[in-house]
Amino acid sequence: MRIPILKLYNCLLVSIQWELDDQTALQFQEDLLHKIHETNASGVVIDLTSIDFIDSFIAKVLGDVISMSKLMGAKVMITGIQPAVAITLIELGISLNDVYTALDLEKGLEKLQQELGE
Amino acid sequence: MENQSCVLIQTEWDIVAARQLGRNVAKEVGFGTVDQARITTAISELARNIYIYAGEGQVCIEKIIKNGQAGLRIVAVDKGPGIPDIRLAMEDGYSTSGGLGAGLPGVKRLMDDFEIDSSLGSGTEIKASKWIR
Repeated sequence: MRIPILKLYNCLLVSIQWELDDQTALQFQEDLLHKIHETNASGVVIDLTSIDFIDSFIAKVLGDVISMSKLMGAKVMITGIQPAVAITLIELGISLNDVYTALDLEKGLEKLQQELGE
Repeated sequence: MENQSCVLIQTEWDIVAARQLGRNVAKEVGFGTVDQARITTAISELARNIYIYAGEGQVCIEKIIKNGQAGLRIVAVDKGPGIPDIRLAMEDGYSTSGGLGAGLPGVKRLMDDFEIDSSLGSGTEIKASKWIR
């Protein structure tokens, strides 16, 4: 199953709604980069509200896709990280440094527009 | 051992099956959402290690009780190549597979008890438990 990527003005919007298996995560990585290329998007919001855990593999895929998008000139904002996910990620030893984050989708979009406006 | 359920790990889909089983058992035992996430994450790391390094193995989830305290134990067993240097494998950031190297040290931090037994050429067994506080 593929994760849908929506275009909203100059941004791409991704909401991950189900538990990620490895294949879906890797497919998403590729799909997102193609979509950035296709649409010329300058920002991406990835919403993780429905995700209730992130292991080191998914964290690596997420971190990589953020760096890859950056190489292509798109800023990525992660939103909706649940308390349990934040706790387990840090205990696992993964800090996802230098990643733009916001509490929810609404704040994330606002913050991203500010970042892009500068 | 009527309180034990196991998932055979042979494909990456089995990793998903193992953590779903783990989450369900964690709920049954009565863990809160944060502990459920810790347990699910730990199972995912252990199952993925089996898939990547050993090719196949088994992850079992057991309901346990000690001194009136309820808990859950993950037992991950494989007959893979074994871990040459356990101390190194337990170091943050060490990986031989291009991963983040967070797996084993992470599992140890996520769970309350952690035991690892590995011998070269015959496999690895990891037991990790979490107790209801």
